[in-house]
Amino acid sequence: MARTVVNMPAQAKRGEIIEIKTLAGHTMETGFRHSERGEAIPRDIITQFVCTYNGVEVFRAELSPAIAANPLITFTTVATESGTLEFKWLGDKGFTAAHSAKLNVV
Amino acid sequence: MSRETRAMQDDDATNPGMLWVLEGESLWNRKDGERSCADCHRDAASSMKGVATRYPSVDATGRLLNLEQRINACRVERQKAPALAFEGRELLALTAYVTRPSRGLPIEIKVDEKVRPHLEAGRTAFHRRQGQLNLSCAQCHDERSGIKLAGNTIPQAHPTGYPIYRLEWQGVGSLQRRLRNCYIGVRAEPYAYGSPEFVELELYLMWRARGMKLETPAVRP
Amino acid sequence: MTSRREFLVLACGALSGAAQAQLPPDIGAKRKAAAEEALRKITGGAPLRSGRVKLDIPPLIDNGNAVPLTVTVESPMTQAEHVRAIHVLTERNPQPNVVSAHLGPRAGRASITTRVRLADTQTVTAIAQLSDGSFWVDRVPVVVTLSACLEDGLI
Repeated sequence: MARTVVNMPAQAKRGEIIEIKTLAGHTMETGFRHSERGEAIPRDIITQFVCTYNGVEVFRAELSPAIAANPLITFTTVATESGTLEFKWLGDKGFTAAHSAKLNVV
Repeated sequence: MSRETRAMQDDDATNPGMLWVLEGESLWNRKDGERSCADCHRDAASSMKGVATRYPSVDATGRLLNLEQRINACRVERQKAPALAFEGRELLALTAYVTRPSRGLPIEIKVDEKVRPHLEAGRTAFHRRQGQLNLSCAQCHDERSGIKLAGNTIPQAHPTGYPIYRLEWQGVGSLQRRLRNCYIGVRAEPYAYGSPEFVELELYLMWRARGMKLETPAVRP
Repeated sequence: MTSRREFLVLACGALSGAAQAQLPPDIGAKRKAAAEEALRKITGGAPLRSGRVKLDIPPLIDNGNAVPLTVTVESPMTQAEHVRAIHVLTERNPQPNVVSAHLGPRAGRASITTRVRLADTQTVTAIAQLSDGSFWVDRVPVVVTLSACLEDGLI
């Protein structure tokens, strides 16, 4: 599975807004390039990124070829309760990647 | 290097090169052939600290090896595993992982009688005019560093961050890949990956950058 | 494996822009029209208001392949009043959409950061869609010295 990196605090106070930085390894082939022989290289990108917090979707992004390779997505969420944040990336050619992180809310 | 590129590099959370370092970590722990890197070298953060600052170097059998070749030599001779392809994802990831513990440490190329002839060969290559454009490395990177070429500032060309994440490649690559780009840039026939000419040039460049701190994995345009 | 001669011919062709993909002379107008259409799709024709949304992007970009971009929107992010979505569009990339982020009160703050590809000196547009149905916009012109989407990565 593709490499993913998620940076977020392991612990937060209830109601605190935490910043989550995510990186996913993917070339994000635009579909606008051509090979040495002039053949179009087909598009192959991550199209969607979703974050769920204890099963509830808290953030979703639709990506396009205009997103740079190895996409960085940084967003925020409120630390409501202790639990698990699941991150999912979906893309062309059946691409999937997942990452999960625990958050302790005090 | 713009402020934004530097910010991308300095934060591990946003540095895309970290994706390769992470992959390198799992390769370090993976058993290939008879054993994994970790079986002998244990925790890379301590055992590999300072190692990358001394490469390329001459090994016990008298060969000049860069870090990629050293890793492959270990694989073939000690792990009894096949060598990894130059510029392939796995070798880049492993090299990045092995270099990372030396981040912040100064480059220290020791010159003795074994190293000296290679260093001189590298120095000669650096000052030799080549290619259709008949330019030497020195003409741009020694004499004209700091001025603009096609909108970009000519750097001094110190390889302090290899393997680097290059925005133009949208991925991580080795110093030799960058050197090949330069060779093609002056319309010279580039050497193959792993060729002794390149390793000697790498040696000279690292020696020329001695004292500078490693920044691997660096981000460059 | 291409011969050196073939390679040079292709490289020169790509550099002169005359190889493979020949762009039509009215490409600028076409892309701008596509951007306007993308904008219409988002707003449904609703008026765009200036303010509240801020697009942070360097005004001078030396490499268009990975440009850091942050969009923040002033909003209490409560159930009653929050940002539903943030959209980013370009007018000169081969296609206008960049990213669409769907938020809600659970975000706490309406802010996203990512890295984008910019294929020319142009104006980048950020649109915030609020829970009350209103649309707010920020437009930032940027100068791109090395465009993305032009290098075919031959090396």
